[in-house]
Amino acid sequence: MSNPLALLGRIATYLLLIVAAFVSVFPFFWMMIGATNLSADIIRGKVTPGGALLQNISVFFNSVDMPRILFNSFLIAGLGTALTLLVSSLAGYGFEMFRSKVREKIFGGLLLMLSIPFAALMIPLFIMMANFKMINTYQAIILPTVASIFIIFYFRQATKAFPSELRDAARIDGLKEWQIFLYVYMPVMRSTYAAATIIVFMANWNNYLWPLIVLQTNEMKTLTLVVAGLTSAYTPDFGVVMVGAIFATLPTLIIFFLLQRRFVEGMLGAVK
Amino acid sequence: MAQSGLARNEQVSGWLFVMPALVLLGVFMIYPILWSLWMSFQVGRGMAFSFGGFANIVRLTQDPVFIRALTNTLTFLAIQVPIMLVLAMLFANALNDSKLWGKGLFRTAIFLPCVTSLVAYSVVFRSMFAADGVINQFLLFTHIISDPIPWMADPFWSKVVIISAITWRWTGYNMIFYLAAMQNIDRSIYEAAKIDGVPAWARFWYITVPMLKPVILFTTVISTIGTLQLFDEPNLIPSTPGAPSDSTLTLSLYIYNLSFKFMPSFGYAATVSYVIVVMVGILTLIQFLAARERRT
Repeated sequence: MSNPLALLGRIATYLLLIVAAFVSVFPFFWMMIGATNLSADIIRGKVTPGGALLQNISVFFNSVDMPRILFNSFLIAGLGTALTLLVSSLAGYGFEMFRSKVREKIFGGLLLMLSIPFAALMIPLFIMMANFKMINTYQAIILPTVASIFIIFYFRQATKAFPSELRDAARIDGLKEWQIFLYVYMPVMRSTYAAATIIVFMANWNNYLWPLIVLQTNEMKTLTLVVAGLTSAYTPDFGVVMVGAIFATLPTLIIFFLLQRRFVEGMLGAVK
Repeated sequence: MAQSGLARNEQVSGWLFVMPALVLLGVFMIYPILWSLWMSFQVGRGMAFSFGGFANIVRLTQDPVFIRALTNTLTFLAIQVPIMLVLAMLFANALNDSKLWGKGLFRTAIFLPCVTSLVAYSVVFRSMFAADGVINQFLLFTHIISDPIPWMADPFWSKVVIISAITWRWTGYNMIFYLAAMQNIDRSIYEAAKIDGVPAWARFWYITVPMLKPVILFTTVISTIGTLQLFDEPNLIPSTPGAPSDSTLTLSLYIYNLSFKFMPSFGYAATVSYVIVVMVGILTLIQFLAARERRT
C-alpha cells in the first residue's frame, strides 16, 4: 500500500461497496421500522421505531383471515412446487437418458419457447379456465405452471452428471425404468432437487399477475395478493402494509439464510 | 430380436417420461399462444368476436395509450438495463478481490433484494417515495435538494422511481452471474498482466470484460425480456396503476387493463401482447445467433 493511488482506489472500492450494501439493506430495515409506526409517521419519513407494532399487527389480523390465507399460499406454492419438480424432472431425465431424433427436435422447440412472455398467454388461459369452470380454484393457479421448460432444461443439464453405471447396475438387478427413476435417480440427485425446489417455490410464492386474474374471492387469495390489496386504497395504512410485507418476505428470507450456498447455486445453475 | 425389443422398450420409456410435461405444455402453452395469435385478428367486446383482419394492427398505430405504453416500456428498457448491468459489473469486480475484507458480508447484502417478493418490495418503495417520505427527508437533510421532489406525482420522477426500484431488486442477481464468471477466469492471466505493468482499469477493460462477453450477452437478454414484461412495480408503486396520467403504464399493464379492467377487448389485447412476443422473439434470435457464432 505504498502507492497512494492504489490506496485511494482501495478506499473508493470500500466506499462503493458500503453505499451499495446500505442501499440494498435499507428497505428491509425500513419495512421493519415501518411495522412499528403509524401510517402518518411512515409517509413522513420517520426512521426511528415507534410503539404501534401491536396495533398494526392486530389491525392486520382483523382485516385478513390469516390462517386461511397462509393455507392458500402454502398449498398453492407447496403443491405447485411438488408437481413441477415431479413432471419437469421426469421430462428432463427422459430427454437426456432416452435419446431419439424426434425428441431432440422437440427439445429444441421447447428451448425456443422458453421466453414466451406470460402476457401473451394470460388471455387464452383465462378464457380456458372460465370454460373449464375453474376460475377461483387452486388448480387454475397450479396447472399452467407445472410443466416448466426452465426446470426441464435444468434437470436435463443436471442429468448429464448422473453416473450411467448406476442405471446399468439397476437394470441388471431387474428394476423397471420408473423404479430406477424413483429409487436410484431421485435420491442421487437430491441436491439438484433441493436447488430446484428453492427456485420454484419462490416463483410460486411470489406469483402475482396470474393469481390476480384467477383468484377472485377473499377466501381464495394468497398472501401476495392480500398484501397488494392492502395498498389499493388511495391512502393505505402503511403500518399494516409493512406487517403484511414482512409476512410475505419471511418464508423466502428464511430459505435464503438457511440454504444460502444452494440458493445461489440454484439460481446460477437454472440458467447455465 | 432381443436387441430390437430392448430398443423398442427404450423408445416407449422415453416417450412415457416426457409425455406428462409435453401434454401440459401443449394445453397450457402451445394452444394458448396460437389461440392468442388467432384472437389478435378478432374484433369485438366481451365474448362476441368477429374477424377483423388487420383492424387491430391499424388500431395500434392510432392508439395514443398504446404508443405511450410502448414508449414507457422502451424507456425503462433503454435506461434501466444498462445502469443495472454496469452497476452489477462494478460490484462484481470489487468483490472479486481475494484481499477484500468483508467480502461475504457485502455479497450477501447486495444479493439480499433478490429474496423479496416483487409485491412486498413494491409496497415498501411506495412508502419510501411518498411526497414527504424518507427519501425526500434524506435528500433534504443532506442538502442534495432544497425542495422535496414530487416523486409519484410527476411523469418524469415517477419513471425514475420505477427504474430505481427495478435496479434495486435485480442488480445483485446479475452481479452473481458476473462474479461466478469472473471466478472462472484464470488468475495467472491477471498476474502476467500485473507483472507487465498493466494498470487495474486496463486489466478490467481488456481482460475481464472480453472474457465475460457471453455472460454479459446472456444477462442483457434476460434483463431485457424481464423489463419488456414489467407489471408488478408499475401496478403497485404508484397510487393508482400506471399513474400519474399513464406515465408509468407498461405494455403488460395495458394488456391487463384491456382484458380485465373494463369491458374486455380480448382481440385487441392479444394484438398488444403479440407486440411483446415479437420483441422477445427478435431478442431470443439475437442471442441464439450470437451463441452459435461463439461456438464456431
